[in-house]
Amino acid sequence: MRHAVPADDIAVSVRNVSKTYGDVQALKDLTLDFPRGQLTSLLGPSGCGKTTLLKIIAGLLPANSGQILVNGQTVAGPGPDRAFVFQDFALLPWATVIRNVAFGLELRGLARSEREAIAEKYIREVGLAGFEQKYPHQLSGGMRQRVGLARALSVNAQVLLLDEPFSAVDEQTRRKFQEDLLELVKHEKKTFIFVTHSIEEAVYVSDQIAILLPRPSRVHEIIRPSNFRDKGVDNIRRDPEYLDIVDGIWASLRSYVE
Amino acid sequence: MTLFGYKLPALSSLILWALLWEFVGQAELTFFVPPFSEVLLTLFGMLPTPSFLNALATTAWAFSMGVFFALVIGIPVGILMGKSRIVDELLLPWVNIFISAPLTALVPVLMVLFGFGTRTVIITTSLFAIWIIILNARTGVKQINRSLVEMAHCFGASPLDAFFKVYFWAALPEILGGVRIGVIRAVKGVIIGQLLISIVGFGALFELYSSKFLMAEFWAVLVVLFGLAFTLSEFLAYLERKVAYYATTR
Ligand SMILES: Nc1ncnc2c1ncn2[C@@H]1O[C@H](COP(=O)(O)OP(=O)(O)OP(=O)(O)O)[C@@H](O)[C@H]1O
Ligand SMILES: [Mg+2]
Repeated sequence: MRHAVPADDIAVSVRNVSKTYGDVQALKDLTLDFPRGQLTSLLGPSGCGKTTLLKIIAGLLPANSGQILVNGQTVAGPGPDRAFVFQDFALLPWATVIRNVAFGLELRGLARSEREAIAEKYIREVGLAGFEQKYPHQLSGGMRQRVGLARALSVNAQVLLLDEPFSAVDEQTRRKFQEDLLELVKHEKKTFIFVTHSIEEAVYVSDQIAILLPRPSRVHEIIRPSNFRDKGVDNIRRDPEYLDIVDGIWASLRSYVE
Repeated sequence: MTLFGYKLPALSSLILWALLWEFVGQAELTFFVPPFSEVLLTLFGMLPTPSFLNALATTAWAFSMGVFFALVIGIPVGILMGKSRIVDELLLPWVNIFISAPLTALVPVLMVLFGFGTRTVIITTSLFAIWIIILNARTGVKQINRSLVEMAHCFGASPLDAFFKVYFWAALPEILGGVRIGVIRAVKGVIIGQLLISIVGFGALFELYSSKFLMAEFWAVLVVLFGLAFTLSEFLAYLERKVAYYATTR
C-alpha cells in the first residue's frame, strides 16, 4: 500500500479473503485495511463484490478463505463492535421510530427506559426529534434512512458498515446526508465503511477510497485525498484536487461500464 | 353498495334475502322452508332454554379447544416451515395433501383411533382448521424482506428473539388471513364432529330437529350458527385490516 498506517490504527483488516457463490467468484484474495476513525469508501462497478465484502465484514456471510480482523480479533459472526446500515433501511414497519432506533439495544436486553433515553439522543442527532412515535410508512425515504442510521449509532459500535445508504433517497436529501456524514465522522470517532456507486459521493465524503475492479474482484487502487478535507463542506466540490480525483477514478472505471 | 345515491349499510343485501325467505315461507311452497319470521320467533323462544344453552356451551367448548390447538401448533409449524428449508421439504407434501383432502372421510378413522368422545371432536375441529393456518404462516414468513432478517441477525438477535420480534410480526397479516379461513373451517369441523362422532351440542340439535321435521327449530339453530361464525370472521377481518398498513411495506 502506498500510504502505510501504523498497525494499531487499523480498525478493520481484510486479509486474503475469497468468496464464491456456486461457480461465481465474487472476491478473490482481497486484502484491505480500514484506518480507525476514518471513512473508507468501497467504489466499483456493479457486481464487483462490494456488498459481498461488506456482509463478510459484518459477519453475515462466511468467507471461503481468508480472515477478517476487527481490532485484531478474528470475526466469526455478527458482533456488537459492528453495526450495519441497509440500503433498503430494514426498519420494522410495525414499530415506531423510537422502537426501531432502540431495537439493537432491545436485543441486547437493555431496560426500556434506558434504551429509549439513548434512542432519543440519537433521534435528535440525526434530526428526527418529534417523530419518535411515528411509523416508518409515515416517513419519507430520507427520514427512514435517518432512522436506520440512528439505530446503527445507538448501539455504539466502533465500526459502521453502510451499504449504499443514500441510493434510495432523492438528490437534495442525499447532499444533505453527505454533509451530515462528514460531521458524524468528525464527531463520532467511529470507523465508517461506506459502499457507494457514486464517484462524486465517494470523493466528497471519504478519507480513503478503495477502487474495486470486477471479475474476480480485487483492489485496483487506494486513494487518500489529502488537501480539501478541511476546507469546509462548501468548498470541497470546487477544489482542484477533488475534481482531479473524480476524473482519475472515472478514467479507471469507464472501461468496466457496459 | 349505494342505491339512489345513498350509501347502504353493510349487510343490507341480507334484508332482501330475508324478505324473499319470508315470502317463500308464507307461500307455503314446502314444509322445509317455514317463514323467516316464524324462525326468528322460534329462535328467541329457544335462546334461554337450558337445552339450547347446554348445546351452545358444548359446541363452543369443542370449537375453542379445536381452534386453540390449531393455532398453537399451526402458527409455529408454519413459521418454522417458512424459515427452514429442511422442515419445509419434510412437511409441505403433507400439508398440501391434507389441505385439499376430504377430511370428513377421515372422521371414521379418527373414531377408531381416538374413540367417540369430545376429544375426537376437538381433534377433528383442529384438523379442519390447521392446514390453512400452517400454509398462510409459511407464506407470510417466505415473503419477509431478507434485509429485515439480516438486520435482526446483525444486531445480535437470538433465534427466539428473531422468532417473536421479527418473523411473527412480519408474517402477521398472512397469519391472520389464515386464521380467519381456519376458523370458518373449524365451524364446519366441529359440526361434522358433533354429527358423526358423538351426537352432542349443536350436532345433536340438528339431528333431533331434522329427524322430527321441526324445520323452524332447525333453521333457528342454523341462523345462530351462521351469526356466530360471521361475527367471528368479521372480527378477524377487522384485526387483519389493523395490520394491513404494513403488509405492503415489509
Ligand atoms: N446470493 C448470491 N448468489 C449468487 N451470486 C451472488 C449472490 N450475491 C451476489 N452474487 C454475485 O456475486 C457478485 C458480487 O455481488 P455483490 O452484490 O457483492 O456486488 P456489488 O458490488 O454489491 O454490486 P452492486 O453495485 O450492484 O450492489 C455478482 O456477480 C453477483 O451476481
Ligand atoms: Mg451491492
